[in-house]
Amino acid sequence: MAEVAAVIASTHHPFYYRASTSTGADRPPFADEWVAKIERFRETLTRAEPDVLVMVGSDHFHQLWLDNMPQFLVGKAPFFDANWYNEEREFGLPRMTLKGEEELAAHILRDGLDRDFDLAFSNELRIDHSITCPIITLRPQADLPIVPIYTNIFAPPLPQPKRFVQLGRAIREMVESWESGKRVAIIGTGHLSLELGGPRQFGEHGPDPEFDRKAVEWIASGDIEGCLAEVSLDSLHSPGNATHGFMDFMLMMGVAGEGRKADHVDTLDLFHTMEAYFTWYPNGAPA
Amino acid sequence: MSKYLLDKFLYTVDRDPELVERYREDPAGTVEWWEAEMANRILNVIDAEKTTWLSFTEDERKALREHDHVTLFQMGAHPFLTLTLFIAMFERDHGPLEYQKAYGKAMEHISMPYPDIST
Repeated sequence: MAEVAAVIASTHHPFYYRASTSTGADRPPFADEWVAKIERFRETLTRAEPDVLVMVGSDHFHQLWLDNMPQFLVGKAPFFDANWYNEEREFGLPRMTLKGEEELAAHILRDGLDRDFDLAFSNELRIDHSITCPIITLRPQADLPIVPIYTNIFAPPLPQPKRFVQLGRAIREMVESWESGKRVAIIGTGHLSLELGGPRQFGEHGPDPEFDRKAVEWIASGDIEGCLAEVSLDSLHSPGNATHGFMDFMLMMGVAGEGRKADHVDTLDLFHTMEAYFTWYPNGAPA
Repeated sequence: MSKYLLDKFLYTVDRDPELVERYREDPAGTVEWWEAEMANRILNVIDAEKTTWLSFTEDERKALREHDHVTLFQMGAHPFLTLTLFIAMFERDHGPLEYQKAYGKAMEHISMPYPDIST
């Protein structure tokens, strides 16, 4: 059976690529510290020696649109082209092509349906920065095949937070029941408190530092019960109008497991939103 | 009121470089053309199978014609779509993050709960 070599949860900040590659007067003052934290974070994936990446993210109205909106979708294709014109325009993101791992995608679709997750699928999916940002930060050589899994944290009505946790638990079990000798890293990205297009956007910090502090504690300590007790679809409006992206962190807590402390925890307080990085090694830290 | 149609306008313009420029330069003309020609096209469906019932209210047309992102927010247009498109159109006229901060400041009188964006 396949082995889960690492579980990784991260914010996906689309400005990282530009900040980390800019030089001279264009390089922001926080870039060096950000790059150093990302390089330490990247090492946690490299050490796990993965063969395949399951990538959990969320389409930002790129390919998925309101005339046909899935709640959870698995990409099953031999390749995934990546990044969109408006992401090149606003963030300077490069175009990419990633290989797909169709056998694992097919397994997750079949097994997921049989576990009562009515997963949608796509055989031609252009992925966006929710998946390419962690490729850029964690595996910039972009050499491993992926299975993209999109969640709807964006276009209400949304699934309940507990459903994200349940899907995370199921993804862990489904990967571990894949008949393969491969090492799989499960990587998911979301947000802490975040406001987009509202009065609290682009402040000195994220819009709700107190929520961010609690969120990091829930994730780092694997406190799924505590998190579910406080977080609801309604409550997530308060920390910022795009904070429902936190539910992808809750999904990753489900992957990691109740009470599982993260083996690597790091944060970076940036303008606009706080960065947060977590890695778990389910079978112990690699040597 | 159709939040869906407002979102469809913002979505289809934002993803097309030519339409971004056209909406920046000629908002009234772009909104009139888009409602006549594009509003009822189902994406990925041929013209012979157009929708028959979608149109803007006059208030919606006015907000789009006037590039009024504050009113669009109050109408429940999806804030991510509005922000992304407006950054594409107007960030170039300002210093780093200046436009994004002014965009938020123009909405500082809006309090929680924000308008519902469900479609």
